[in-house]
Amino acid sequence: MQVPRYWREQSERYKLVGSKCNNCGLRVFPRRSLCPDCRHESQGQMEEVRFEGTGELVTWTRVHEALSDRELETPYLMGIVELDEGPRVTAQIVDLDPEEVEIGMELESRFRKLGEASESGVVHYGYKFGPVVSD
Amino acid sequence: MRDVFIVGVGMTEFGELWEKALRELITEAGLEAVQDAGVRGPDIDAMYVASASAGRLLGQQQLGVLALDEAGLAGHHVPATRIEAGDASGAAALRSAALAVASGAHDVVVAGGVEKMTDVLEDDATRALASSADMEWEGFFGATLPALYAMMARSHAAEHGTTRDQLAHVAVKNHEHGADNPDAAFPFTTSLESVKGSPPVSDPIRMFDCASPVDGAAALVLADRDTAEQLGGPRVQITATAQASDALALHRRDAITELASSQAAAEEAFAETDHGPEDVDLAELHDVYTIAELISLESLGFYEPGMAATATVKGRTTHGGDLVVNPSGGLKARGHALGATGLAQAAEVAAQIRRDAGERQVEDAQVGLTQAVAGTGGTSIVHVLEGGGEL
Ligand SMILES: [Zn+2]
Repeated sequence: MQVPRYWREQSERYKLVGSKCNNCGLRVFPRRSLCPDCRHESQGQMEEVRFEGTGELVTWTRVHEALSDRELETPYLMGIVELDEGPRVTAQIVDLDPEEVEIGMELESRFRKLGEASESGVVHYGYKFGPVVSD
Repeated sequence: MRDVFIVGVGMTEFGELWEKALRELITEAGLEAVQDAGVRGPDIDAMYVASASAGRLLGQQQLGVLALDEAGLAGHHVPATRIEAGDASGAAALRSAALAVASGAHDVVVAGGVEKMTDVLEDDATRALASSADMEWEGFFGATLPALYAMMARSHAAEHGTTRDQLAHVAVKNHEHGADNPDAAFPFTTSLESVKGSPPVSDPIRMFDCASPVDGAAALVLADRDTAEQLGGPRVQITATAQASDALALHRRDAITELASSQAAAEEAFAETDHGPEDVDLAELHDVYTIAELISLESLGFYEPGMAATATVKGRTTHGGDLVVNPSGGLKARGHALGATGLAQAAEVAAQIRRDAGERQVEDAQVGLTQAVAGTGGTSIVHVLEGGGEL
């Protein structure tokens, strides 16, 4: 990934920042300039919001073969998480053994190193999800 | 809209074709299609050429012009356009060509597709597949294409009880079909044990659940009814062409155990014909992973959700069953030459309807369907092909 594109999306990836439509209340991730439900009626009504980072595991897999453009140690766990505010994200699942993973379990986000771009050397950080540790 | 006929079919073998360059592959398939149709170069009014990765992997744009020039037709100055829709590119080129004839804009149009995967490193080929998914919000976080289909498989298993054994049956069946296909890249049979014992790729998907990227090209010549009558050869009519889209990222879809874009395209395609799923004799489906064939069968309306796996195990999707699914061997055994795949699917159905399929001939093949999918279902394209009758 090119460096400018990385910085443009940095706050979404680092802080789980998305948008809220003040016309209908829908929350979306990543940020959008138009609400997918209200479309033109949402013009100027989209507000930046930060997601809590807690949600439920929808589905998951253990990846044995990764793309080598970033150094990822295999195997690793990937999942789709439905955030409590509604939107879903695809992310790595960490701090859990495969035997402990269950569809429907509660997870929370952590901010971790995602890998290093082999060409540019830029270190990418972003969200991963793991078991809930804080009460 | 005018009726559209497939009047010529050409295909290279699929596989690791080290000795052949991209321009040789597309020329070989195109020449065979044009000769099969009995048309001459100057009769061609337009050309659409599909490739998923040529620009990305080989640094070559204007692929339509490259193919036209290589065929010796550059001096005729007819339009030649490259079409890209991920691994549904071939079907998108076919649809563009069919619409060009149907609209009356052109009488004779060539739809070609080509992919050259073995010129690049294996990792680049894998990335070309992954780039049909959402690179920024899936790929960036470590999701590969098999990882996304694996997550669909796990949800499908949770909802419908789909088993590891049932997935393996899809691969075994498609290899049985492909063993009779001389153009297939992997023309051998396999066993449930081999599939289930192959190395894990992304649980529960294993290596023998995956279609492998290969080299290959395919081309079809399409024509309007008057031209088809003048040519007088065997003809196959394209009675429906439909394309539908969905969110690029799997996590943005309402349901991940179905392909909503395939469902929408099939509904539209069947509405264009007098047929329903029960009338289809054979179907070439996008079995990029074994789970994809099961989900496709359900989304296209051939089986109720959760019923495709038992139908497959009971032999209902092979010769003598409800319909023959992937008689060519599918992406699994024929190989997945991305941009050529959608056209190879149509070439297979046309050959079956023309009774030209040799050892793998489907008995009394009248109505055939093709389904191409890009990525995890951002694009689906469905065509219905039927015998064009004696004229
Ligand atoms: Zn809204």
